[in-house]
Amino acid sequence: MPTVSLREALHQAMDEEMARDERVFLVGEEVAQYNGAYKVSQGLLQKWGPKRIVDTPIAESGFAGIGIGAAMVGLRPIVEFMTWNFSLVAFDQIVNNAAKMLSMSGGNFNVPIVFRGPGGAAHSLAATHSQALESLYAHFPGLKVVMPSNPKDAKGLLKTAIRDDNPVVFIESEMMYGEKGDIPEGEYTIPFGVGNVIREGSDVTIVSWSKVLQHVAVKAADQLANDGISVDLIDPRTIRPMDWELIFESVRKTNRLVIVEEGWPFAGVGAQISHEVSKNVFDYLDAPVERVTQEDVPLPYAHNLEVASLPSVEKVINAVNKVLYRE
Amino acid sequence: MATKVAMPKLSDTMTEGVILKWRYKEGDKVKQGETLVEIESDKADMELEAFDSGILRKIFVAEGGKAAIGAPIAIIAEANEDITALLKDTPPTPPVKAQAAEPQRPVVTTPPPSPANTAAASTTQRTDGRIKASPLARKLATENRIELRSVSGSGPQGRVIKRDIEAALGGKRSPLPQSYAPVTPGTAQDVELSPIRKTIAKRMTESKQTAPHFYVTVEIDMEPAMAFREQLNKIYESKISFTDILVKACATTLMSHPHVNATYLGDKMRQYGYAHVAVAVALDDGLVTPVLRNCEQKGIARINQELRDLVERARNRKLKPDEYSGATFTISNLGMFGVDEFLAIINPPEGAILAVGSIEEKPVVKAGQITIGHTMRVTLSADHRIIDGAVAARFLQDLKTHLENPVSLVSIS
Repeated sequence: MPTVSLREALHQAMDEEMARDERVFLVGEEVAQYNGAYKVSQGLLQKWGPKRIVDTPIAESGFAGIGIGAAMVGLRPIVEFMTWNFSLVAFDQIVNNAAKMLSMSGGNFNVPIVFRGPGGAAHSLAATHSQALESLYAHFPGLKVVMPSNPKDAKGLLKTAIRDDNPVVFIESEMMYGEKGDIPEGEYTIPFGVGNVIREGSDVTIVSWSKVLQHVAVKAADQLANDGISVDLIDPRTIRPMDWELIFESVRKTNRLVIVEEGWPFAGVGAQISHEVSKNVFDYLDAPVERVTQEDVPLPYAHNLEVASLPSVEKVINAVNKVLYRE
Repeated sequence: MATKVAMPKLSDTMTEGVILKWRYKEGDKVKQGETLVEIESDKADMELEAFDSGILRKIFVAEGGKAAIGAPIAIIAEANEDITALLKDTPPTPPVKAQAAEPQRPVVTTPPPSPANTAAASTTQRTDGRIKASPLARKLATENRIELRSVSGSGPQGRVIKRDIEAALGGKRSPLPQSYAPVTPGTAQDVELSPIRKTIAKRMTESKQTAPHFYVTVEIDMEPAMAFREQLNKIYESKISFTDILVKACATTLMSHPHVNATYLGDKMRQYGYAHVAVAVALDDGLVTPVLRNCEQKGIARINQELRDLVERARNRKLKPDEYSGATFTISNLGMFGVDEFLAIINPPEGAILAVGSIEEKPVVKAGQITIGHTMRVTLSADHRIIDGAVAARFLQDLKTHLENPVSLVSIS
């Protein structure tokens, strides 16, 4: 089993899909000559040429719109945002054109497009460059939202995203591009809507995804294990569609749920999970669902305040103690 | 007037009792009729009411301590009454000191919180009359027929949560029974027997030494009973168990076998014109045999209902003495553990006990053909002083006929 970085896994997915389907092309800022702001598209220009690896001006709304138009007429664009923060400039294109075209054209135009790039906070990038926007995009019917937490999932899910006939929002993490993991040999894809049990446990369910899963939830689960608390840790992998049954099944087993996410609390993805759980497995809950989110403020630039604002191992352990009624 | 409170005799076989919990402390006002203290007898945990109103002036036996029947355990008197005389003629040292007793009691499970206790503890949190409980706790309470109001909530604002229901169930759902304190590997440890354990030891030894046991086993085709049970549960939307059907079948059979439904009394035997059937229920540190009275008159649905209630209260140690005594016959079922057959010891003063194994799927011969069938083996242990081999065999023959033709258990008159 080869071990690759998350960056390399994404690169392989795009490279393989470009070989498999000549309609696939990559467009975005610095994806070609600079080999990508985070080097995900390293070498692709050389291999596939400037018709399929396309550099753009700093004009997100424009190149997102070009991608949507290309998709409507039969191509399969991958639109890279240098970060998802900049997608807000293209918000109207993604939300009003990509997400709604199939419905508003009476089924005549589907939009097979992937918007991808890193999301969430890194180190001291301050408020406008540190946002976890998954709940925002998951809000809109017509968009699928994918958030891998490891190289294997990243490759399998990106290939599925590229083959999907409708728009997919694919959110990575710049903090994770260098993180390595094993991936299967050869061709594989991972379906949307199928979550992953990162580790099995019996005392409490933690649902988390992407960076905070690996950097916060896993570490909290390790510490809790030392304390005799067994965590059932679930990575839904795709925010929309969500693998509800996997979460319900776990809550039926543990009777308690903590959701760890990087976004803000109000109308966050965790709020939706909490609702679905209380609606569908109400009788299995022994404690109110707890959420660990970013604090409800624009993320501060100052490092100490940034750390204090983001989800942490300590916050997760506190939440777990709460749902377990531990002192 | 100052009165001594003595350790009461709570069962026929009780010789001493353990103080589980004083509901009041010295100096508290107590009222006649209110529960004063919880006592563990050899059979169950029981509440002792105060016979007089007054001030609880003196507690002789602390929680965890033991006292023989009739020994003083407390004094209730007026606030300024002189109780020196009463104190004087009471042994200065209590029968058993709490400090000594406490570490010796690892096998005694904590009693579940009782209703009166809870009310006092949680009225402050329930001023609006609502009971706060997690959804899971509500579901578990319904499933186990526990009154939420009777459970003390340990969550925030007195919320009743899963662990409270489990405590009320006597910890039977907890993965590790608290009664089995692990023994450090490589060492040995003396654990004092609980009152219930002592009673079992005494009575079983007595039974095996005085009643000459013999054993007769029969295999029963259970497919008719399985179909019967399925039909009953479908029609009545009930959860009739095989034990319920077995109780009814034994009762019906016993009524035509007075030699088996009997007690040896030296120069005579007492034959019963009723079937009071006891069912053995395992507890963490022993077993109890709640009794279903007059099963010959009761239908299977009623037996089901009463047995459920008795078993639940047996597990919570809430049986009253007349609910675990007076049986004429006992059924002990280890089928749920995958046991195919075993030999039980007669529960005196009864004349016989039925040991029930599991229903097994296995090849059987029917009409000259080998087919897959479901059979169950039952073994009757009989007291040879009053029951002979052929009598026991005929009893089992009839029992087999009833279970293989379960419609005979339904009253049509």
